[in-house]
Amino acid sequence: MKRAINITLLPDLPEEVRSAIENVTARLGQLPGALLPVLHGVQDTLGYIPPDAVPLIARELNLSRADVHGVISFYHYFRSKPAGRRVIYLCRAESCQAMGAVTLEKHIKERLGVDFHETTANGAYTLEPVYCLGNCACSPAMMVDDELKGRLTPASFDAWLAAEGK
Amino acid sequence: MSITVYVPRDAGALSLGAEAVASAIAIEARRRAVDVQIVRNGSRGLYWLEPLVEVVTASGRIAYGPVQPEDVGTLFDAGFLHGGEHVLALGATEDIPYLKSQQRLTFARVGIVDPRNLDDYRAHGGYRGLKAALAMDAAAMVQTVTDSGLRGRGGAAFPTGIKWKTCLDASADQKYIVCNADEGDSGTYADRMIMEGDPFVLIEGMTIAGLAVGASHGYIYLRIEYPHAQRALEAAIASAERHGYLGADVRGSGKPFRLEVRMAAGAYICGEETSLLESLEGKRGQVRFKPPLPAIEGLFGKPTVINNVVTLASVPIILDKGAAFYRDYGMGRSRGTLPLQLAGNLKRAGLVERAFGLTLRELIEDYAGGTASGQPVRAVQVGGPLGAYIPVSQLDTPVDYEAFIAIGGMLGHGGVVVFDDSVDMAAQARYAMEFCAIESCGKCTPCRIGSTRGVEVIDRIVAGNRTECERNEILLRDLCQTMLDGSLCALGGMVPLPVLSALDHFPEDFSGTAQNTVA
Repeated sequence: MKRAINITLLPDLPEEVRSAIENVTARLGQLPGALLPVLHGVQDTLGYIPPDAVPLIARELNLSRADVHGVISFYHYFRSKPAGRRVIYLCRAESCQAMGAVTLEKHIKERLGVDFHETTANGAYTLEPVYCLGNCACSPAMMVDDELKGRLTPASFDAWLAAEGK
Repeated sequence: MSITVYVPRDAGALSLGAEAVASAIAIEARRRAVDVQIVRNGSRGLYWLEPLVEVVTASGRIAYGPVQPEDVGTLFDAGFLHGGEHVLALGATEDIPYLKSQQRLTFARVGIVDPRNLDDYRAHGGYRGLKAALAMDAAAMVQTVTDSGLRGRGGAAFPTGIKWKTCLDASADQKYIVCNADEGDSGTYADRMIMEGDPFVLIEGMTIAGLAVGASHGYIYLRIEYPHAQRALEAAIASAERHGYLGADVRGSGKPFRLEVRMAAGAYICGEETSLLESLEGKRGQVRFKPPLPAIEGLFGKPTVINNVVTLASVPIILDKGAAFYRDYGMGRSRGTLPLQLAGNLKRAGLVERAFGLTLRELIEDYAGGTASGQPVRAVQVGGPLGAYIPVSQLDTPVDYEAFIAIGGMLGHGGVVVFDDSVDMAAQARYAMEFCAIESCGKCTPCRIGSTRGVEVIDRIVAGNRTECERNEILLRDLCQTMLDGSLCALGGMVPLPVLSALDHFPEDFSGTAQNTVA
């Protein structure tokens, strides 16, 4: 017979991860439907949601690990690995396509040397696709962290990147 | 005396450098020792002119745009603070033809008021709808909304009053108002503009909805891609609470209404109402079976009114001016006005709020002035990623829910995305299926599997010779029919619209590449 795993035993977590999660769950854990606000809180603090932290989040919210894992993996925004220092969200949707987003996407991938969901070798940028930033009157658009940019061209992307590097 | 200068804080304007313009104006004013007060308004929706700077003069607000930081020096030299002539001068903002010919009811204050200032909101007719509502009983409020003919602006066009009536008639200890602010459709940004430019109107609309159906708590489910809207809403909610417009006792009515912003996490499907409710409950955003309707068993199993931002933001003016005022705009069963969002390859992309009934051609030719590239228009996608691709021959279709259904499309949230003649329609059809595969919640098979098969079949059509093309086209049409008939919600059920419309109207793009080498 398979031995039952004691669910009160949690994987060892670095102290800062544990305290970050406990802070967030203490602050938001009582909200109705708390899981999304809690996951946002964890990702805002740590930059990602460590897979090892899932059992602790589950215990604090009285949910199963499967519930928590299922929600993290369902939503595109939640990440289980650290991102680069800045996250570039590049819009792939129709309005941007009509204004050259496909060419822009190719250029940015080549320029950064990464595909979508990847981080540059120096850890500076993570490139993510996004389906509409609501800036469709100024397509193509990208958002870097929460800074929105419109009417982007390969040249203006390069200029932005060069200015960032300084 | 201090001179008031408006520089938008709308995300679109910021994306074109409005922040740098605002600080350049502040610095230049200080350098020249002029007393300038900068107000950060929303956008007027004339995006080709953003950043659009406005100055308040004796003869009204005068516009300059598009302004870049390096223009600020010459603007001051030209005396723009007194409406002086400049190469960027556009005259009185209200007289710009694009704006002048509009019928702005829902957007009456967007771009005009300071979105962080409750007094400014009230000075421009704000909270008059709530005042009128507080003088009525719940049934009369719901009846007014029903009589106005308002239909859900999120895309499904369901009569709002009927939804409210169902919720009002349901008895429960707790009811909820949920605002769907998960504006995920490409080519749409009206919700964002309202939340950033006039957040109080949404709060007022939700408060009225709460009073009408007997709900004491509201949630705004906001997409994570809208951080600027989040800040604007949270500031406005805090201000409304301080002034007694939200809280335990709304304006002395003895009725409570509280409001909370909840952030989404980047799943398109959560714009579908039942999937949104699942997400608010802290679950995977998987679509629910209907019935039960959310109005009877919605959030946390309680009766819930769930409406889109534009729908709720249209409620205050209906309560203020009466059902007949609103109903008198429009055509057929599409009553009132629709904020249309012109996007994609256009010379003058922006927001146009007009009564139902104008044609796509008027929007694209008269308002937008044709394509930005100067090439002819080839296809127009209306209603987001699940909307049909409309060929030039159908541009005279009026903006009306039923007229769009009649041509195999849908008006949706009023997004109009224009493509010029460089567009490859087979690639667009493939993208529609690919998007559906990425965003499918996975609950029903036609959507989950069908979308992936759709991508494969289109790839085979494009790569195949003539016989394979014909065979695969039959397969694709059959697959689309299965998705139309068998999907649980609009994602799988409507993604065939862009695919089939591309196939029907632009068959030349699906002729396959291999035939040339065979022939």
